[in-house]
Order: sequence, then C-alpha cells, then structure tokens
Amino acid sequence: MAKAADKKQKFSKEQYLKWYESMLLMRKFEEKTGQVYVQQKIKGFCHLYIGQEAIVAGTVSATRKEDKHITAYRDHAHPIGLGLHPKYVMAEMYAKITGCSKGKGGSMHIFSKEHNFVGGHGIVGGQVPLGAGIAFAEKYLGTENVCVCSMGDGAVRQGALHEAFNMAMTWKLPVIFVIENNMYAMGTSVERTSNVHDLWKLGLAYDMPSKPVDGLTVEAVHEAMEEAVARARRGDGPTLLEMKTYRYKGHSMSDAQTYRTKEEVKEYQEQDPILKVLATLQANKWIDDKGIEEIESRVKALVDESVQFAEESPYPEPHELYEDVYSEPNYPFIKD
Amino acid sequence: MRVIEFREALREAMSEEMRKDPTIFLMGEEVAEYNGAYKVSKGMLAEFGPKRVIDTPIAELGFAGIGVGAASNGLRPIIEFMTFNFSLVAIDQVINSAAKMYSMSGGQYNVPIVFRGPTASAGMLSSQHSQAFENWYANCPGLKVVVPSNGYDAKGLLKSAIRDNDPVVFMESEQMYGDKMEVPEEEYYIPLGVADIKRAGTDVTIVSFGKIMKVAMAAAQELEKEGISVEVVDLRTVRPIDYYTVINSVKKTNRLVVVEEAWPLASISREIAYKVQKDAFDYLDAPVKAVTTADTPLPYAPTLIDASLPNAARVIKAVKEVMYR
Repeated sequence: MAKAADKKQKFSKEQYLKWYESMLLMRKFEEKTGQVYVQQKIKGFCHLYIGQEAIVAGTVSATRKEDKHITAYRDHAHPIGLGLHPKYVMAEMYAKITGCSKGKGGSMHIFSKEHNFVGGHGIVGGQVPLGAGIAFAEKYLGTENVCVCSMGDGAVRQGALHEAFNMAMTWKLPVIFVIENNMYAMGTSVERTSNVHDLWKLGLAYDMPSKPVDGLTVEAVHEAMEEAVARARRGDGPTLLEMKTYRYKGHSMSDAQTYRTKEEVKEYQEQDPILKVLATLQANKWIDDKGIEEIESRVKALVDESVQFAEESPYPEPHELYEDVYSEPNYPFIKD
Repeated sequence: MRVIEFREALREAMSEEMRKDPTIFLMGEEVAEYNGAYKVSKGMLAEFGPKRVIDTPIAELGFAGIGVGAASNGLRPIIEFMTFNFSLVAIDQVINSAAKMYSMSGGQYNVPIVFRGPTASAGMLSSQHSQAFENWYANCPGLKVVVPSNGYDAKGLLKSAIRDNDPVVFMESEQMYGDKMEVPEEEYYIPLGVADIKRAGTDVTIVSFGKIMKVAMAAAQELEKEGISVEVVDLRTVRPIDYYTVINSVKKTNRLVVVEEAWPLASISREIAYKVQKDAFDYLDAPVKAVTTADTPLPYAPTLIDASLPNAARVIKAVKEVMYR
C-alpha cells in the first residue's frame, strides 16, 4: 500500500490517462495490423509489439521531444508513442506512397524525422552502433539531447553491440541502451544462447551503469528511464536497461510458437501492462466507465482512420524506384 | 608549382574542409595521436584537437556504425579504415545502414559520410592484406565509390566526397601515399563520376583506375616507342562510372583493354566490357581484353605476386592482341 501511495504522488492522473490511451492505441493498432496481415493487406515480415507497450510509453514520458529514438524491426509502436499519426505507419505497411517511408520501407523500416524516430532497422544489433552515433552527434553539437537505442534480447549476442557499448562508455555518449527482453530471439530462448542470462550484466563489462527493470510496469520503466536520461544529460554517459517484458504474439506473423507453452503466454497476459494502468486509474477513481468508453472510441476511430487511409492511398508510381536512393537529383543509374 | 605527396594532398583536402565546416570530423584507428598509420592525418590532431580527430579502439564495425549514426544526425564524418581489408568486418554498416537509410526512410535521412583508406596489394602482405573491393562496393546502389590515381585528383575528389550528401567510399593505396606531384595551393574540386583522359591517343584505349593506372601509363609509354598510340582513360570514380567518356574513346580508337587490380569475376573491367559491346559494338575492331589480378588469393612469395598482378608487360601483350600485332 505504501508503494501504491508513492506512485500516486509521483505520477498524476493526467500522466496515467496519457499512458493508458497511448498504450491502448499501440495495442489496438497492432491487433488491427495482425488482422489485416492475415487478410494479406500487409506483406513481408511483420513483428507485433503486443505485450511490450509499457516500454515505449514509459520511455516517451521520461524523455523530451528533442531526444532521438532508434530501434530494430519491431518498430510500429515507437513512432506512434512519439506522436506520429498511426495512419502513416499503416499506410507504410500497406506499401502506399503516403506511408511514412513512402512505401519503400514497410513494416521493418518505419521512420519519422519529424518525431526524431530514426527507424526501423532490419539487421539484428545493427542499430546499436547507429544509436551510439546519434548520441555522438548530440554530444559533438553540444546539445543536451539523448538517444534511446532499443533492441531485442537477440541483439545482445551480436559483436556490434559490444563494440558500441565499449565506445559509448569510453566517450561518455548520451545514449540509453534498452534491451526489450521478451525472452525469445525468434524461437531461441535467452538461456540457450549464452551462459549469461541476466542481460543487464553485459553492461558491467564496460563499467556501464546497468540494471534490470520491470518492463511490464510503466511506472518502473519511466523511473529507470528518467534516471538514465538524467545521467546522459549531465554528461555522465550511457546506461543499459534490461526491460523484462513479454510478447504475446509470435516473433513475426509466420511464427507457430512451438518453443513456448500457451500457459506461459497466459501467465504473462495476466500481468498485462495496460490493465495495470487501468487498475490504477480505477482504484483512484480517476476514470469511470464513460471515461473508458471515450478513450476506447477515440482509439478505435484512429485505428479505423488508419486502415481507411491506407486502403485508399495509392501505391508508389514506378518513377519512385529511382527516387530517394541518392540525395543528388541526377544520379546516372544504369538502366540498360 | 609546389610538389607534395599523395598523403599530403589527402590531408589538405580533409583539413581545408574541416576548417570550413565544424561538423566534419575524422575518426579511425591511429588517426590522432599516432598521426595516422600511414601519416595521412599527420598534424591534424594538433590543429583540430581530440574532439574532431578521434582515435578508436580496433572495432571497425562499431565505429563505422557510429559514423553512420552521427551522419544521420547532423554531422559529416570521415571514417578511416587502416585498410579496406578491415572494412569487411564493418561492411554491414556500409551496405545495410549507410547505403540504405535514405531509401528505406523514404528520403528522410541522408547519410553524408566518407569511408576512406587504402585498398589492394601493397607488397608482400599475403592474402588477407592484399584485396581490392572496389567492385564490391561499386555494386551497391546508395554508395558512390572513388578511386583516385594521383595526388592532384585525390585532393579534388576527396573534397567533393566530403561535401557530398550521400555516402562515399574513397579508396587509396599504401603504394601511392609517398608519390609526389604538383598540386596547386589554390582550392579546387573535382566532381565525382567524371573520368579523365590521362593520355590522348588514337590506336587503342586503355581504361583503368587507382594505383594500377601507373601500369597502364607505363605500358602506354612503352607502346608509343613501337608506334602504337594509346589513349588512357582514368575512371576516377567506379560508382557511378563515366561510360560516356569510355564509349567516346572506344568509338575513336575501336579497340579496348581494361586494366584493373581485382579478381576477374564480376569486376569493373568485365562490366566495362559489357557496356562497350552493347553501346559500341559496331565500332569495335577486336574483342575487348581485360587484364586483372589472377583468380586466386594473393600469396606472399614475390614470384607468385608477379605471376598475379597486372604489369606493363601483360598490358602490352593485351594491347598487341587487340591490335592483332
């Protein structure tokens, strides 16, 4: 009870309402994404964020809009959390010219420069040095901005991560490395890939402040992120946060999930991060049934609008093939 | 005109651009306190300080990626590979990040970065330190690939590469760093993608680029003594390739030999041969010949190196074959 009271003091009603609506939007958007994927409206590889929403929500609330964000290919929720209208994400997955990446990136390459979301990267661990480099630029330019560099648990076994951790720590770059540990790298559990199962401990090899975080609880994410961001802003360098989370759906849409039990999935669904936020709102009488309905209907309207926008938008014209490859307008492509 | 070394020309290009634009920095192994593994960056730490001339650990993948990230966020990095042989552990960041980000973000994030360092063989260094990857990088859309053959070109091309808004792979040679040449003190730029006729001639065209241009020029000189007039085209950039200059030269001479220090399969020379047979078929009086490195790893022994690399004798032989002499 004491802990609940603390939370009441730390976070306002408005914050909880914001978290709830934002996380619900991510959830409903991804559920819709799964549905239209099955209808083959979306093609290619498609990785859903369902279950992990507290990480983006707590990160967004603990950072400023000038801060930069980068992640791997499970990337639909991050830009939406940062304020990109979901219709641009849906249109991108529909391969439409109105998508945030003009239909050239698809599900794995969502970008929004306006919202400082630097993608959307498809090679596991490849975004980790990029995130360090984004932070390098912030430090070089003398801003107080930070970069939040997210990755899955699979990325921690890549060499790129270790090289980036080492340099980020040596040069005290303002970067927060976030491992979204949903326990499975595709179908291979964390335990099967190394003797080191506590992923946050990998940061200790580089003297990096590192810790595990309850990634299913938005308050815990926010608090850990707030501390890490403050460290980065005051010039003390990176932090590694291992967010312990869970994805309810498969690695991608084509995953039969033979590597885990239905019971395990159910166990995690009972600690659902969105339901926890709702419970706090209800316990404090900050929301009634009408309030819940209003939020749900706003979210539904946004998701419906996104699908309609994507459906009605055109595909890129063939000439787009040669655009956005070079920023130079007259690059002489080999065409015959 | 004053005479400077190739390495000094590169240093001047970087330093002149860095004086003008504070967002440009140099990063790599031994570039700062050691003054560069090949002394290209000698004195740059003293002038620009450790914020802009940055020593890295031996971690090419990591610092290449940090460069790309920085380039996507407002800076213009120059990333030095001690040799391009080592770029293979960083190639994911060159190909999957630098070359792709502009396209896969729908034009939101361009990557103004230069990856530079020496390429190809440089003496008896055996197989892992003697490779030429110009065609590997040139194959990838999103990149530009520059391979200068002398100090004057190197300076003007590197300055253009640094100012380019897209990723540029800039490939030098250990065996050129000490080459001396007249280089004007006044500032100049050489545009990327424009070949240069290094020697005008009428009987046969030799197309080449980079360090091995020396072999092409030596062969041309030798052939002149035998009354064969050779036109030597230096591509200077292998992505994009200035096909226009190549085709025009072949239309004039009707014969072509391409000289390249690289393995033959899918090489720049064979690419040129395709283009010439397609666009200048009726002008050709003989099949196109390519003189390349042998289709093997480059071993240590000098006899085996001699048996592999293009040299003047081999080029002369090829020229005589296309001349039916």
